Formats: sequence, C-alpha cells, structure tokens
Amino acid sequence: MNRFIWPFVIFVVLAGFLYVGLNLDPREVPSPLVGKPAPTFTLPQLAEPTKQFSPADMKGKVWLLNVWASWCVSCREEHPVLLDLSRQNIVPIYGLDYKDKRADALTTLREGGNPYVLSVSDIEGRIGIAYGVYGVPETYVIDKQGVIQYKQIGPVTPQNLREKILPLVAELEKKP
Amino acid sequence: MMRSLLVLLFCLIPTFASAGEAKDMAADPVLEKRMIGLAEKLRCLVCQNESLASSHAELAEDLRREVREQMNKGLTDQEIIDYLVSRYGDFVLYQPPVKSYTLLLWFGPFALLLVAGGALFLQLRKRRQAVPEIALSAEAQQRANTLLNNDKENKA
Repeated sequence: MNRFIWPFVIFVVLAGFLYVGLNLDPREVPSPLVGKPAPTFTLPQLAEPTKQFSPADMKGKVWLLNVWASWCVSCREEHPVLLDLSRQNIVPIYGLDYKDKRADALTTLREGGNPYVLSVSDIEGRIGIAYGVYGVPETYVIDKQGVIQYKQIGPVTPQNLREKILPLVAELEKKP
Repeated sequence: MMRSLLVLLFCLIPTFASAGEAKDMAADPVLEKRMIGLAEKLRCLVCQNESLASSHAELAEDLRREVREQMNKGLTDQEIIDYLVSRYGDFVLYQPPVKSYTLLLWFGPFALLLVAGGALFLQLRKRRQAVPEIALSAEAQQRANTLLNNDKENKA
C-alpha cells in the first residue's frame, strides 16, 4: 500500500498545478507602470485635431485613460459599460485612439455613442508603446498626482468596475 | 534572336520584384543587423511565443521601429532593453532575470534533480540491503556446484 502513496501525492500536486494553470490568463502581464507616473505626451484631439491634450492637464483629478480603436472587437464589448459609467459622472474617461483612422474612429463614436470627455489620436502607436499597450482595450486609473494606480488589460466589465475600479477611484478621490 | 532577347528580358523581372521588399529595412544594414540581434532576445507580447524579430504582429513592427529609432539616437542595447522592460515588464525578455521571485524558475529544476537523485540513491541502497543472503542447505549447495561445474565443462 505504502508504495502507492508517493506517486499519488505527486499526482495530486501536479494535477493541482495544472488546474490552477487552467484559470490563469497568460495574456495578462502585470504592468511595471503601476505605481509610476503616467508617461507624458501631447497629442491632437480626435474631434478637434487643432487642439491638444496632455495628461498634465489632468493634475488634481482622478481619471481613466482608455485605449481603444475602431478596429478593436473587444472594445465594442466594453463600449456599453463605458457609456454607462460616463452617464454616472463618477470619473472622467479620456480615450486614446490607438493606431486608428480618424474617420473610422469618429464614425464609431457617432454610431455607438461617445463615453469620452475627449479622445486623442495616437495614429502611429508611439504613445501606446510608452504606456506598454499590447492588446486593446486597456484602461489605466490615474490619480491626482498623475500616477498610474491600476491597469485593466482587456475589456472593462461591470464586475471589475464594481469590484476593482470604482472602489479604487473612490479611495483615490479622498486623497489630496 | 528576338526570342532569346525576350527570354533574357523576362529573366530580369525577378530582380526588379525583389527590390520592393526592403521597405522595412533601415537605410543602414549594420544597424538593421544590430536591431534584429536585439529583437531576437525580446518577446512579442501579442504572439507570446515569437520573438520580436520574427513576429509579424503590428505591435512587433512598431516595437522594431522603436528599437531602430532609439539605436539611431545612440542608445546602447542595454538602455533600450531597460526602456522596454520599464514599459512592458520583465515579460519582454526571453531570458528572465534572476530575482527573488524567479529563483524557483531558475533553480527549481536543479532542486528537483537533487531531490529525485537523493530519493533514487536511498531507494537503491534500501533495495541492496533488502536482498537477503540465503543460506543453502548442504544438499542444495552440492546441486548448485554440480550445475555450475557442468556448465563450465560444457563450455570448455
């Protein structure tokens, strides 16, 4: 009997590892930018390209930076969630339109609704690289000091909005 | 004569065709080689099992452009790697750095080898001890000797 115990224990441990592995998402790479100042940029606004926007304009406010594109399928999935959030006026959402054509982006917003205070155009994807973007959509929670406090990879869902993003925003709002 | 000239002309077509492929290359082939060498050590984050050098994902192309531009600015390979790590994390490196949380990754296999080797050693020693010396009766000893001797004689 004894000789079966060790192989059995090893089997159970391995099976445990594999089971946990099944539920891990290898696409979710922890961002080294969390806890660091949001990279600065100055980009033309999507709706009015003559005007510019920079994260520095947001000093003193808690805000979300949402990376999106008209060609991005999962962005459509999160779009209603963002629209809903924008109607609640809890936290301003700014869009980074990533590697997109201006006309396509404007059409998407006109047809699907616009949850953003404003969007900026990152046509060549350079700011995306500065922010470590590798899969659209991605959402950053940025605090009053301009420090990235959280990064959501993939679409924002009602669940992670409720459990993670909104509590964090409320907490950051209390801080100076 | 006319025909062979035409054939010769057609032979030239492939040389023109290949001239279009160098679009992505930097003007400087030395720099391009250095960029590819560096990109082979980096992971494409979109198709995670491909290097930045071999991936055709758009992000990989952008990152290659970024590496190329930083090289043009005179940054060293290490500075470029540090920049990418600061944006994408250690995950962009194919060879993970030795850190407290990668100790298991780096030394786990050796630890496993030691444990398995130790277990094997103990097991073998136990087995050697477990084989008992069987005392033969005089009669059996006699028979064994006969058999062994017969064998020797047969071979001789």
